[in-house]
Amino acid sequence: MNRIVVDEDKCRGCALCIEFCPKNVLRMADRFNRDGLNPAEMGWPERCIGCATCATVCPHVAIVLVEREPKKKAGAGQ
Amino acid sequence: MAEAQVVFTPPESLSDTLMHYCPGCTHGSLHRLVAEIIDELGVRESTVGICPVGCAVYAYNYFEVDMIEAAHGRAPAVATGVKRVRDDCTVFTYQGDGDLASIGMGEIVHAAARNEAITVVFVNNGVFGMTQGQMAPTTLIGQKASTAPAGRRPEHEGFPVRVVEMLNALEGPTYLARSSMASPRWIRDTKKKLRNAFKAQTEHHGFGLVEVLSSCPTWWGMTPKEALDWMESTVVDYYPIEEFRALPEGDTEGE
Repeated sequence: MNRIVVDEDKCRGCALCIEFCPKNVLRMADRFNRDGLNPAEMGWPERCIGCATCATVCPHVAIVLVEREPKKKAGAGQ
Repeated sequence: MAEAQVVFTPPESLSDTLMHYCPGCTHGSLHRLVAEIIDELGVRESTVGICPVGCAVYAYNYFEVDMIEAAHGRAPAVATGVKRVRDDCTVFTYQGDGDLASIGMGEIVHAAARNEAITVVFVNNGVFGMTQGQMAPTTLIGQKASTAPAGRRPEHEGFPVRVVEMLNALEGPTYLARSSMASPRWIRDTKKKLRNAFKAQTEHHGFGLVEVLSSCPTWWGMTPKEALDWMESTVVDYYPIEEFRALPEGDTEGE
């Protein structure tokens, strides 16, 4: 599955990743980080296409990893 | 199952520390772009960065390269000295509009006129962010700031300065462009222009400057997304996004 990793203590909760995500994968978490801010988290990981748009806009470089599944061979479904 | 492909990791030239910038401030992503270009050019061990005074004053904590803190506005002068003594180094300055466009206006104009082989990253967010949002030389007509509570009036405070157009009147500079951080598309465009500005130094031994339109949600009084939308709808009318002077011989990477 495609996934992103958020460094929650770096996240400032500006929600730009949520605004710009083309597939609405992200949401604000209910928990707090070290500084009392709500970090972003993957709410619907199955929708993620691994485009790294969130990492491109993240102003605090809190999205520290974006991984994408290798493309399946043609005719293998999906 | 095949290994997942890593699409994104932070660049090596960027420190793994928490930045002090406000939520939604685009300084951080611009730091990342500069660090990515330093990594891609493979010049991390020979790069010297010059920090400004202003919001980006702590930039020396965020780049894993040698950094020098300059007096207010004097980064191009310090960069000139470093570059002339150590021509093998890649030298860049990172300056805001309070640093470059007001107190440091003289330094930048003369560095550009001499076609000094340095790269300047000029962050234009239209206010003095660090000192509580006072009006800057680049504040738009009608834009509110803490020293212009009713908005900037041209008959009283004058007109905003278009730095890149002004430098474009000079014979000297090798590369001049303006870009924006308003959306993922423009962030990618900014990276191309920054790479050209570094190439102006490393390949053409000339002066490269990119003015990057940036947001200041805190002192514009907007949410981060509103600030970016306002930039894309309003700020670009006065500050057109353009490549004013391309690299010689068509070396410029287009969008």
